[in-house]
Amino acid sequence: MSALLKRSCSHNMLAAIIMLIFICFCVHFQNTAGQFFSSGHTNNWAVLVCTSRFWFNYRHVANTLSVYRSVKRLGIPDSHIVLMLADDMACNHRNPKPATVFSHRNMELNVYGDDVEVDYRGYEVTVENFLRVLTGRLPPSTPRSKRLLSDDRSNILIYLTGHGGNGFLKFQDSEEISNVELADAFEQMWQKRRYNELLFIIDTCQGASMYERFYSPNIMALASSQVGEDSLSHQPDLAIGVHLMDRYTFYLLEFLEDIHPASKSNMNDLFKVCPKSQCVSTPGHRTDLFLRDPGSVLITDFFGSVRKVEITMEAIHLTDPILHPMSEEVQEKTYSYVDQLPVSEIIHQKPKQKDWHPPDGFILGLWTLILLVFFKTYGIKHLKHIF
Amino acid sequence: MGLLSDPNRRRALISLLTRLNAPICVLCYFAAVCWFMGLSFEPFTLRTYMSENAMGSTMVEERFPAGERALATAKEFGAHKKKVGGMPVDWLVKTMQARGLEVFTQRFSRTLPFPDENNERYIVEGTNVYGILRAPRAPRTEALVLSAPCSPGDDNNQAVGLLLGLAHYFRSKSIFWAKDIIFLVNEHDLIGMQAWLEGYHHTNTTGMDWSPLQGRGGSIQAALSLELSSDVVTSLDIVLEGLNGQLPNLDLANLFYAFCQKIGVLCTIQGRIQRNDWDSVSGYSHAVQTMMLMVMKQASGRSWGDHGLFLRYHIEAATIKGINSFRQYKTDATTVGRLLEGMYRKLNNLLERLHQSYFFYLMPSLSHFVSIGYYMPAFGLLAVILLLRALDLWVQLATPPSRNEDGVADIEQSSTGVLSVLTPLVISHLTGAALYMLPVRFQEMAVEHFQVSETEAVVLTAIAVYTGGLALPHNTHRYWLISGEGTEQGWRVLKLVAVLYLAVLLGCTALINFSLGFILALTLVPVASFVTPHVPKLLSAVVLVILSPAFTLLFSVFIFQELQEMPVSFQDGWMLYLSVISQGILDHYLYGSLVYPLIALMVYPCWLLFWNILFWK
Repeated sequence: MSALLKRSCSHNMLAAIIMLIFICFCVHFQNTAGQFFSSGHTNNWAVLVCTSRFWFNYRHVANTLSVYRSVKRLGIPDSHIVLMLADDMACNHRNPKPATVFSHRNMELNVYGDDVEVDYRGYEVTVENFLRVLTGRLPPSTPRSKRLLSDDRSNILIYLTGHGGNGFLKFQDSEEISNVELADAFEQMWQKRRYNELLFIIDTCQGASMYERFYSPNIMALASSQVGEDSLSHQPDLAIGVHLMDRYTFYLLEFLEDIHPASKSNMNDLFKVCPKSQCVSTPGHRTDLFLRDPGSVLITDFFGSVRKVEITMEAIHLTDPILHPMSEEVQEKTYSYVDQLPVSEIIHQKPKQKDWHPPDGFILGLWTLILLVFFKTYGIKHLKHIF
Repeated sequence: MGLLSDPNRRRALISLLTRLNAPICVLCYFAAVCWFMGLSFEPFTLRTYMSENAMGSTMVEERFPAGERALATAKEFGAHKKKVGGMPVDWLVKTMQARGLEVFTQRFSRTLPFPDENNERYIVEGTNVYGILRAPRAPRTEALVLSAPCSPGDDNNQAVGLLLGLAHYFRSKSIFWAKDIIFLVNEHDLIGMQAWLEGYHHTNTTGMDWSPLQGRGGSIQAALSLELSSDVVTSLDIVLEGLNGQLPNLDLANLFYAFCQKIGVLCTIQGRIQRNDWDSVSGYSHAVQTMMLMVMKQASGRSWGDHGLFLRYHIEAATIKGINSFRQYKTDATTVGRLLEGMYRKLNNLLERLHQSYFFYLMPSLSHFVSIGYYMPAFGLLAVILLLRALDLWVQLATPPSRNEDGVADIEQSSTGVLSVLTPLVISHLTGAALYMLPVRFQEMAVEHFQVSETEAVVLTAIAVYTGGLALPHNTHRYWLISGEGTEQGWRVLKLVAVLYLAVLLGCTALINFSLGFILALTLVPVASFVTPHVPKLLSAVVLVILSPAFTLLFSVFIFQELQEMPVSFQDGWMLYLSVISQGILDHYLYGSLVYPLIALMVYPCWLLFWNILFWK
């Protein structure tokens, strides 16, 4: 009896242990699965902007192209990248190595490549175009490559570089975008459900001032320097004769070169890029508007386009095709899109006609009456003065 | 009540003005002189810095290797020059074409108004040769110029050799040139340069005869002229002063200085090496002398290098001279070539013409400068003296004349007004016009009657007319149209007009050419202030003559020679003075320098007015 009990007990214990292990496995699986699906986004977009022109601002174009290169390498396709470059450095007459833009003094890395797709070039890079891209308020004739066609499940990376100051970023030597405008643009995006999460990186002087005013949820921001500090350039190249890159983006690029689509590095690692010893300025970041913990946010959530793929080995049985019932009263409800921009209400049109207005003949009759009264009073002989 | 509208206060103010006029004038004068001398004191100056963002720092890699080949080319050039006896046009054309440039020539000829004895030329004919290095990818809208003069004898051979060496090197590395580079070898230095510039810009302001240019390169952004006469140099000197005292943008000098520091070549300005001990007396006097040299060169209005003629077309240009003195550390031609290469690569990066830095400045040394905002008050204080004097005279004219015997006659004559001064004005200006036109027009007549050469005839005629003007007051009394002579009112009105005229004249001159305006003001303002008919005649006459423009020029010549550490004896100084006058007249006819007409037509008549006032009775 006791041996049986003992055996059943041990069986039970074994079963319990197996059950426990199984549960643990399930939980663990649940965790990784949870992690796998925790970000909640289904597509990735990137908006990369270089705002300064002229040959001596070579480094800003090199910055933007480095981030473009990383983002493409990690999987975001050109159709999902809006690249805005304010000047053409590769084909500038002063470039001793035409058709190249280098990021490192030893000319190791040509970030221009031969498959770069610039969507907004030269004078098209303006504050207005940038804000229109963000908010989606583009004229219907704009091609798809120039639009940010994001939806409420998109994670967007926005990278800005150029010359900036306390609260503004200079575009093309002639205009500026202020931090308030930028914050309002992001709020518009949030209200129109144009993003799921947004990562905003800015590499300019006093860059931290640009993210001070954000107030929309799900935005994480990084900047290369605090208010009152200048972002410095990294290294000059004597053969080309200009500074090649800015420090912050140089170290960011170095960091991103180690990332591959399956890597698990998270945002906390990104915050550590370019400490003060290397950057001379103090990089800053802002996470209070972000709902998730930065430690659980993967780099590839923003920089890459990691498709969620679930592999299944079982066969799926498809059901029989649905036959349309032949009914006469088929009510086909036509659907149409809600008018996003009610143009007719925005543009002033001719005011609607009043319900009643005097008939046209009224004026004619009035004049006839006046004439008759006139002739009655003064006599018919004055008629010849009129005709 | 307001300060000026209250009669009591106004009277008090006026009496203050009248009482303190002379002391304030003297104080202002000394303040002006002290301010000017203080300009070169180093704590009052600013360090030079690059203002143009596009040029940035000296961040280029200079790789020019071929200094020795350049010197060999220079020897070849010298040999051909000697063989041809002038400019070896065919050899230059062939050599430039071999280096891949588009070569063109321009013939020019000019008959000088009278023979130039300094350079020994009268009828000048020559050829300019220039080659254009086209930027391979850029549109041909902008250009840079590198020029070297073809001088007689053995001068500047190395400059042409280095120019050809640089042309070869720039052509081999031409992928990054965004502007065309024009390599110009001009004959007869300034005359050839004037012909080339006129041909390039389709202007003809000086009556020169030149053939049109067949090849052009777009609008010129900057130009450098090279003068190098030795294989090795110990220092490089930059010359900035151009025609009519115009200076290039300070950024060009800053660029030169920055590269000198990067490459480690000794660089000077006015041929003087910078000193570090600004707080010692000798250090300060060194800086003062450097600045005074620049002031005198600017005041002379002549172009002190081939670059001076570019400035008129708003092209920033400077001349770089190689100096070989007895110093241990020598710089070879390769290093000089590297410096020029670096400068041209930086100028290549320019997007607009140089305009960020100052156009009006004085340099007590190559690393410090004084901008117009700092040196103008010195002149302003002198102008204030003139205005105070004018106010004083106005007050005197406005108050009724004090007791006089024949009151009636006075009241009659006091109503003559401004017309009475018309006569001395017209006569003075006619004398000035005579001083301007007679020397050159009547040189043949002078040569016939006197045994002098044409140049001497011109100069001596000028001096004669100048001295003849001194006799005017005695002779013009019979030509008074309106009887304004001999009255107290008359000379006051004339002096008021003369003082105001001088103030306006000097003010306008100082705006364009500060040095000329300041030097003239230094001598003419005391004249204008103290001269009246009542001062002792003989003494004042002597003082007036000594402070007249001609003597100012004479003293300047001596001071200039002293500053350059080449003092001259009185005989040599006098001959130098005569040659300076002839050069001034020639500069006016050849290049359009304005110093001679200014002095002859405006400053001299103004001074004559004061001379008239002295001899009013």
